Amino acid sequence: MSLTEEINVRAVTAGVPLVAHLDITYRCNERCVHCYLDHDDGGEMTFAEIDRVLGEMAEAGVFQLTISGGEPLLRKDCFPILRRARDLGFNVKFKTNGILIGEGEAAALRDLCLDSVQISIYSHRADVHDGITKVKGSLERSLAAARFLVSQGLRVKFANVLMRDNANDYPHVQALAEEIGAGFTLDPTITPHLNGDRSLLNLGINREALNKVMRDERLVGNVGEFCAPPAAVGDDELNSFPCSAGHSACYISPYGDFYPCVQFPLPCGNVRRESFGDIWRGSPQLAEVRSVKVRDLPVCSTCVHAGSCTRCPGLAYMEGNFRGPSSADCAKSFARTGIESAAMRQRS
Amino acid sequence: MSETFVRRSRKTASRMVGGEMVVLSVVDSSLFNLNETASILWQAADGRTPLRAIVEREIIPRFEVDAETAYRDALDLVRELGDQGILELADRPIEENR
Repeated sequence: MSLTEEINVRAVTAGVPLVAHLDITYRCNERCVHCYLDHDDGGEMTFAEIDRVLGEMAEAGVFQLTISGGEPLLRKDCFPILRRARDLGFNVKFKTNGILIGEGEAAALRDLCLDSVQISIYSHRADVHDGITKVKGSLERSLAAARFLVSQGLRVKFANVLMRDNANDYPHVQALAEEIGAGFTLDPTITPHLNGDRSLLNLGINREALNKVMRDERLVGNVGEFCAPPAAVGDDELNSFPCSAGHSACYISPYGDFYPCVQFPLPCGNVRRESFGDIWRGSPQLAEVRSVKVRDLPVCSTCVHAGSCTRCPGLAYMEGNFRGPSSADCAKSFARTGIESAAMRQRS
Repeated sequence: MSETFVRRSRKTASRMVGGEMVVLSVVDSSLFNLNETASILWQAADGRTPLRAIVEREIIPRFEVDAETAYRDALDLVRELGDQGILELADRPIEENR
């Protein structure tokens, strides 16, 4: 077992929220067509509130903290928030579109000794990227930001969400990342809007494009291994937890709402009314999430993919039941192996 | 006799997880799990307190060890952490430079 795995096990055993994601605003200077957030300001936490919550998170044991948005740099106190987070010992991952990052901001981010900066890049073609963000010139500005950050020695990663409009561009984005000295991550999953609207899913790639992604060795490594039929499901798999959400990971919205994960908007409390630690330890909703093992999933526990599926309980929740299947993950398991999931078989 | 001052590198993140100190170097993402003595030294490494004073205050009362042995072991330990790039060592107090 690697040290990382050992620490994760220790965190789950001790009930420590090792990983947290804090969105400090939902406001944004882009209008990405697939975004699942409402960009109006619904009453963001003040710096003083965030300062208190960060202290509570540190005390509870949060180690890896993602600070994101919306566009976090739209907050004038974004840098003081990042500074406070670093002073409290968090390993901070920062997500931004980079539009507001010039040389000065890149240098200031370097001085914060962040773990990494993630920038969303949708295409190498300006018309496609800008068409998705709805901001003319956004690709140019995001790439300039990435170059500034890399030149300062920061670790930069391009996040490429795949949609119908940019389905074939990811190899070029990956090449661009390599050229600039950035990392690359691809996400073929579109998340429904937090308000429940599922129409965004229509933007997602089709089955053929997903099959191609699953068989691209530059993404998945050994295709034969990655796409191999699933191994037999045993007690170890059935007794495991479906995901780290709520077990060692959690999410806080700009309004203080506490969810198991950004993609799992099950209300568990609000850090404006209760302390972070009280919610983490005492929320009945979190207790329910933690009680669910793979064997408790009525459909998925019978599925041949139960041991290897990337099933997201948050996406399942947004489909109506966090113990149910997540269609996006059924589609991925099918694209990977050519074998239908139990939920797909039931539906057909 | 020269003093040794130690400070946690700014290029690290750290947290006590399940009773043990975990330190991550943001330079290369290497992860360290500190033992009890190293955890104590890590938490006390403020750049201002001499190592000898840290040992007298934090180590000797907790462990059955004579002062000189405790100091020598602590010095070996902080040098090791210094070599790993997660602790800064100097012969004078280390100033904040933010």
